[in-house]
Amino acid sequence: MIDFAFFAEIIPTLLSGLPLTLQLAGLSIGIGFALALLLALAQQGNHRMLVWPIRSFVAVFRGTPLLVQIFLIYYGLGQFRPTLQAVGLWWLFREPYWCAIIALSLNTAAYGSEILRGAIQGVPGGLVEAASALGLKRLQTLRLVVLPLALRQAIPSYSNEIILMVKGTSLASIVTLMEVTGIAQGLISQTYRAVEVFVAAGAIYLTINFTIISALNALETWLTPYRVRA
Amino acid sequence: MTDTLHILSVGKGGWGGALLLAAGVTFALSVLGFLLGALFGAVAAGGRLSTRALPSWVAKGYGTVFRGVPDLLTIYLLYYGGSIALTEIGKFFGSTGFFGLPTFATGVLAIGIISGAYQAEVYRGAYLAVDLGQFEAGKALGLSRFQLLRLVIVPQLMRHALPGLGNVWQLVLKDSALISVIGLVELMRQSQIGAGSMREPFVFYIAAATLYFLIAAVTGSVFRYGEARAWRGMVHA
Repeated sequence: MIDFAFFAEIIPTLLSGLPLTLQLAGLSIGIGFALALLLALAQQGNHRMLVWPIRSFVAVFRGTPLLVQIFLIYYGLGQFRPTLQAVGLWWLFREPYWCAIIALSLNTAAYGSEILRGAIQGVPGGLVEAASALGLKRLQTLRLVVLPLALRQAIPSYSNEIILMVKGTSLASIVTLMEVTGIAQGLISQTYRAVEVFVAAGAIYLTINFTIISALNALETWLTPYRVRA
Repeated sequence: MTDTLHILSVGKGGWGGALLLAAGVTFALSVLGFLLGALFGAVAAGGRLSTRALPSWVAKGYGTVFRGVPDLLTIYLLYYGGSIALTEIGKFFGSTGFFGLPTFATGVLAIGIISGAYQAEVYRGAYLAVDLGQFEAGKALGLSRFQLLRLVIVPQLMRHALPGLGNVWQLVLKDSALISVIGLVELMRQSQIGAGSMREPFVFYIAAATLYFLIAAVTGSVFRYGEARAWRGMVHA
């Protein structure tokens, strides 16, 4: 019943989309994390002029579908071509690649900033006091005490976000990018064998996500050697 | 600006009515998908909690696959796979045409399958959070297994499950936009149609984003109200 020869034929083709999938995921997770950290730290100060716009950004990007965000950035901003050309940003919004990266990064930055905000607030106040008693400056306290603890604390939630992003890259196929899902669609229009192609593509995503989960679990175990291992 | 208002107006020549109607389709699709997901999720949670190997493995596999594979792929797989199966059945009975699955029902099924995988984890966690003494007390009162679940466990389990279910609901609402790829005219698809025919993509996608945001905000407050109600009279940290 299962045609293994067909799988052997399509899997290399699907895998040719893997570099793009990994690129989209890697770049947007990286940019998104940097942004998320900035946003989370900016909210620690409780300056209303700073916190309010960030909260709105987070609410908007968490409250609307990623697909709408991608369309808004790619097709929606494309409408303002003359303006974008005038400010020299057209090269960015002309390319579906960069539009996908921008949408994915902003989306994950919104979710990530909430995770990191919670993790930073979860660091016991006594540790910060102890650090200042030891004569550490604010930036040193942040770099040496607060961030390492907060980031370790955030690993489980952040691993969920990373997996959601890997899955989110499949939406890039809708703005014509030929990553794994895009190639899968192309294969289907050639072969009309939707089930086999999607099962093979699904297996590729599962493998990526399984690898990421295992790596992050290992990282967490390594960073918390004192925890009893069940 | 007046142009924009005209495009989005509800009256003649405006797209407002069509967008609101499509938002209604999105809402109906999400609610039905979420409810179907509750059924799948409850069954899968039961499987995960079972001490027998087979149900436990099946439930675990279901959760791993549908939480690990992009939702877009699941939707394509169901739609194309189902349509191909339907067409083959048609061929068997001597038809030559292509049969597409009904898009609304396929959308509900897809959202049900995906959200069920997430809901299963929510229900499992909530079940484990119910105090063991409650099970013992129920047994001591002579309740049957079904009565114990319906009268004692589920009402208490919902307290713990509601926040997680609220998250899954938000996920479902946003996932419903993906159903546009199989041609169902819900909010996302209607905005695409409007954006294409009026050549005003920005206006239409901003309008769509606003409507999604409003639905998410309003329904989110319903969940918060439900949570407050579920905990009424209880002291909790």
